[in-house]
Amino acid sequence: MFKFIDLPAAEQRKTIVIHVEGQAMRVGEGQTLATALLGAGVVPFRKTSVSGSPRAPLCLMGVCFDCLVEVDGSQNVQSCLVEVKNGMQVRLPTGARRIQNEETA
Amino acid sequence: MRSDSEFDTLVLGGGVVGMSIGFGMARAGDSVCVLDGSDGAFRASRGNFGLVWVQNKGLGRPGYARWTMQSAKTWQALADELLSLTGVDVELQQPGGLAMSFDEKTLTAHAQKLDALGRELGIEYPYQVLDHDQLRKLTFAIGPDVVGAVYCPLDGHVSPLRTLRALVQGFQTLGGRLLSGVHVEKIDHHAGQFKVLAGGKTYTAGRVVLAAGLANKELATQVGLNAPVRPVRGQILVTERMQPFLFNPTHYVRQTGEGVVQIGDSKEEVGMDDGTTHGELARIAARATRTFPMLADANVVRTWGALRVMSPDGYPIYQQSTQCPGAFVVTCHSGITLAPVHAGPLVDWMRGGSEPTEIQGFKAERFNVQVH
Repeated sequence: MFKFIDLPAAEQRKTIVIHVEGQAMRVGEGQTLATALLGAGVVPFRKTSVSGSPRAPLCLMGVCFDCLVEVDGSQNVQSCLVEVKNGMQVRLPTGARRIQNEETA
Repeated sequence: MRSDSEFDTLVLGGGVVGMSIGFGMARAGDSVCVLDGSDGAFRASRGNFGLVWVQNKGLGRPGYARWTMQSAKTWQALADELLSLTGVDVELQQPGGLAMSFDEKTLTAHAQKLDALGRELGIEYPYQVLDHDQLRKLTFAIGPDVVGAVYCPLDGHVSPLRTLRALVQGFQTLGGRLLSGVHVEKIDHHAGQFKVLAGGKTYTAGRVVLAAGLANKELATQVGLNAPVRPVRGQILVTERMQPFLFNPTHYVRQTGEGVVQIGDSKEEVGMDDGTTHGELARIAARATRTFPMLADANVVRTWGALRVMSPDGYPIYQQSTQCPGAFVVTCHSGITLAPVHAGPLVDWMRGGSEPTEIQGFKAERFNVQVH
């Protein structure tokens, strides 16, 4: 569905590794997490918490809040506003924000 | 319906108060038309918190305490009726409410107030003081600063938006007519009939009910009534949906049926301004996170301000005009809690039944008494 434009060798970026639901993926550095996930074919990004509808980015500029994912333990982060980092742990939300219950944790 | 301009009853105002009355009137068999303002109007029913709240209400005014209790006890019947009539679930929950305290003194004072209220009512007021550990069993998410809470089993909450929608749909199902986006310009009373000029058309009825919130102040004077109401702003924040953690509503934090956490509130005398301010929102958020520390991580998705409809003493005004019999004014700032009694006993009185004893003290003349 999405693919990166072929760049001249001089402009090609190094790749780094991120982990999506525990699976390692090699992505170009210097891009947002949202474009990295789109480029890797990770669609949908999440399912809504009430109806379970699939969601993926719409605006890619911080407005639509449809690109929410979990990044290194922080839930419902706008992936279009986060730059990929080596070793980043990404999870795809499927329900309402989880809460820490000390009695069950 | 006799025509598109003649009705038994005209209700001015299509918020929760007006629609509760319109719904009750239509249910009782009247032909009813509700004239509602535009989206630019100050719509308290679209901005309120959704509590069905009993504890603490009516000290020194036992009639109001009884009226409130009666309403809360009949809310489930209204919710069931609306569900079967419209298919809209208003998400009513009445598991009892919590008045949280950060210090022992406030907690004790609150309990003493309920004791006094019980004495006025001749009952043992239903409540329980919970210390931190007891409270933790009800809601594990409370923070260390919360010393305890007063739990009252009569309190609950409901979705205010679903309630309004259900009342509108129910009203229309029962044959009621709702006209939105019309501004009421003039009310004339002549030979037992009211003629209401609104949006360039004239509507006629033998009975007119003013339920227009803050606009009642001006409308009341046209039919010999007095509604000295003023706006008191409240600001609210709502979070993204969260897994359930709070089953009992509190004064200022409640979790909705779909997981949203609604956080209030402020009481600001700022005139006809329903905006938001960072200062108040920050104060509101700080109190909520002190109560439930894990809210600090939650994303806030929306904030808004809305204007309460407040009388000088905070209590409602229920009154029929002596100058123009058949004209009634209804104003309160607890339209959600009081929806069932507005649709029931209040409507019965307006349609010629006896006035409920609970509300006989709520005439506007009480504001004319010189107190100093």
